[in-house]
Amino acid sequence: MRYLDEYRDAGLARALAARIRARVTGSWTLMEICGGQTHTIMRYGLPELLPPGIELVHGPGCPVCVTPLETVDRAIEIAGRPGVIFVSYGDMLRVPGSHSDLFRVKAAGGDVRVAYSPMEALKIARQNPERPVVFFGIGFETTAPANAMAVWQAKREGLRNFSMLVSHVLVPPAIRLILGSPSNRVQGFIAPGHVCSVMGYQEYETLSREFRLPIVVGGFEPVDLLEAIAMLVEQLEEGRAELENQYSRSVTRSGSEPARRIMDEVFEVTSRQWRGIGPIAQSGYRLREEYAAYDAERIFGAGEIQVQEPAECIAALVMQGLKKPVDCPAFGTRCTPEAPMGASMVSSEGACAAYYSYRRHIPEAQG
Amino acid sequence: MTFTCPAPIAAKDKVLLGHGSGGKLSAELMRELFLPAFANPVLSRLEDQAVLEIGGGRLAFTTDSFVVKPLFFRGGDIGSLAVHGTVNDLAMGGAQPRALSAAFILEEGFPLADLRRVVDSMAQAAKRAGVSIVTGDTKVVERGSGDGVYINTAGIGVVADGVNLSAAHARPGDAVILSGAIGDHGAAILTQREGLELEGALESDSAPLNGLVEAVLAATREVRAMRDPTRGGLASALNEIAAQSGVGIALREEAIAVHAPVRGACEVLGLDPLYVANEGKMIAIVPAEQADLVVRAMRQHPLGAEAAQIGTVGGQAGLVTMRTAFGTTRIVDMLAGDQLPRIC
Repeated sequence: MRYLDEYRDAGLARALAARIRARVTGSWTLMEICGGQTHTIMRYGLPELLPPGIELVHGPGCPVCVTPLETVDRAIEIAGRPGVIFVSYGDMLRVPGSHSDLFRVKAAGGDVRVAYSPMEALKIARQNPERPVVFFGIGFETTAPANAMAVWQAKREGLRNFSMLVSHVLVPPAIRLILGSPSNRVQGFIAPGHVCSVMGYQEYETLSREFRLPIVVGGFEPVDLLEAIAMLVEQLEEGRAELENQYSRSVTRSGSEPARRIMDEVFEVTSRQWRGIGPIAQSGYRLREEYAAYDAERIFGAGEIQVQEPAECIAALVMQGLKKPVDCPAFGTRCTPEAPMGASMVSSEGACAAYYSYRRHIPEAQG
Repeated sequence: MTFTCPAPIAAKDKVLLGHGSGGKLSAELMRELFLPAFANPVLSRLEDQAVLEIGGGRLAFTTDSFVVKPLFFRGGDIGSLAVHGTVNDLAMGGAQPRALSAAFILEEGFPLADLRRVVDSMAQAAKRAGVSIVTGDTKVVERGSGDGVYINTAGIGVVADGVNLSAAHARPGDAVILSGAIGDHGAAILTQREGLELEGALESDSAPLNGLVEAVLAATREVRAMRDPTRGGLASALNEIAAQSGVGIALREEAIAVHAPVRGACEVLGLDPLYVANEGKMIAIVPAEQADLVVRAMRQHPLGAEAAQIGTVGGQAGLVTMRTAFGTTRIVDMLAGDQLPRIC
């Protein structure tokens, strides 16, 4: 882990902040779209290092946050069935559905387990051939290859008791939605480094051209993010609108061919509901017909659960960069990470939760 | 824009794992169930130990249960942990631990050889801490009703004259001192549980702290509060002190040591070392003018070699903040339940 230290170096960070200050003449609104980046920005207090002209807003890049309520309810329903072993990434367990969450299902006797990878769920399925094992397959393009691999592997082995509840979402359609909105304020984007290490950045070149807007592929450490901000500011000040790659230690233009091949084999693009935002066309993955036998929605017939998404809370505006978490009257009072009301408060990577956890001591918290 | 949000899920009709995390849910259980039911002035002080005036002297009394998985880990096992945990809870009250009880809840089928290993380890730990295990109990539950072995220990100790420690005694301007690097115990347990093999030796810091406390109190009696940051880590312990004393605490990130393997493990597991458990570290809150003396006294003890002042008491009441290495500040919050690994 020693290699990370240089990307957390305070001296480097201060030098980058100075480089940004020296270049800024205008006011620029920049958005990062990955929850991991939002978390780093808040945790390290990066807005404090930036000149007043730079405003950071936070996109809908937390896959846990944007997983729709009906999918969470579906997961809760499946996990509560007798005999089922329900396996999930840890931070999904606390996300509230309409009436419960997976922690409560576990407390009520459901067999809910936390895993770091879908391969652990496969192992559990092999060890418990008589019990249905369901993995909650959520995330952006970053978790999709491993999830696809698990399904592919299950089919190859003929594992009959393994299935996946898939709710994958894709980043570029969300960026297109934000930039295409008449009320858009975002002038520069930090593209998500981990997503791009899988997908490459050709899609982001297209977005940059289409909207005439600078996009910089950024990493996840504070020095990465400051450098990405500096690159965006330089483009904006020079009137350029290009795709640049700050995260070149991990991202290439074409990304990971094998990862995309396995995703293509198992998943197909579909329209998805985003919690807090609404439906976005062609913005997610579902299992292909050939893998229907591994689709938990079909196996458990839980497809008929339909819930009304809650009446709009400010999350939609926060996640499009139009409002700050602190603009919401419920923020920090009726809506906290313990009792979240909307999408951007349910996971530590959501903009509201990150603000609450790290920044609520600054009354006029910016960025 | 109207702000009609859905009602949060407030009703809790069942115990959740988070109720045992040492975070906000644990505090809620304490506040809403135990405190009103058992209402008395000693309990309501919410210290790690009760201090009772008996026969003209002051006796510290505490109890703790141990349900760790795996039972054996690098740097210790459930037996040594059960001794250290209770010894440390007594020591944090400024007491010299004298005697412990040990109660075992055993699961049918648990290998006797493992039980012997646990018991031998307890005996050694007690000897090292200078306490005797003077009473005990054994119960056996049916296979499937337990997890091998659960241990409860209780302990008593004597509080010397002139020592009056409480998490409610911190005052603005006081120094916050930490006896060493954080996260060793939790990182060792979690990596072993996840089957991770990381480079560098990850070992629990499980140790009896009564010797270190004696060294501090020998240097000065002017100590406001001591806490061992166990489950919930440094962040939770400091938040408790801030809440109980009605003060803020301002930390300096660079002063808080985290060993490289622990940092690596936390990186891989998506955890923040500030919330990872310690079993051989202590926090001391002392008046500013005693800070150097206490740090020096700690450093002369083998368990306090990396002691340092990590912050001061002050700022917005009830809030723990941290000056980052970048010169920015952030909140160090209390967690609701257990720390959950993040997805990306």
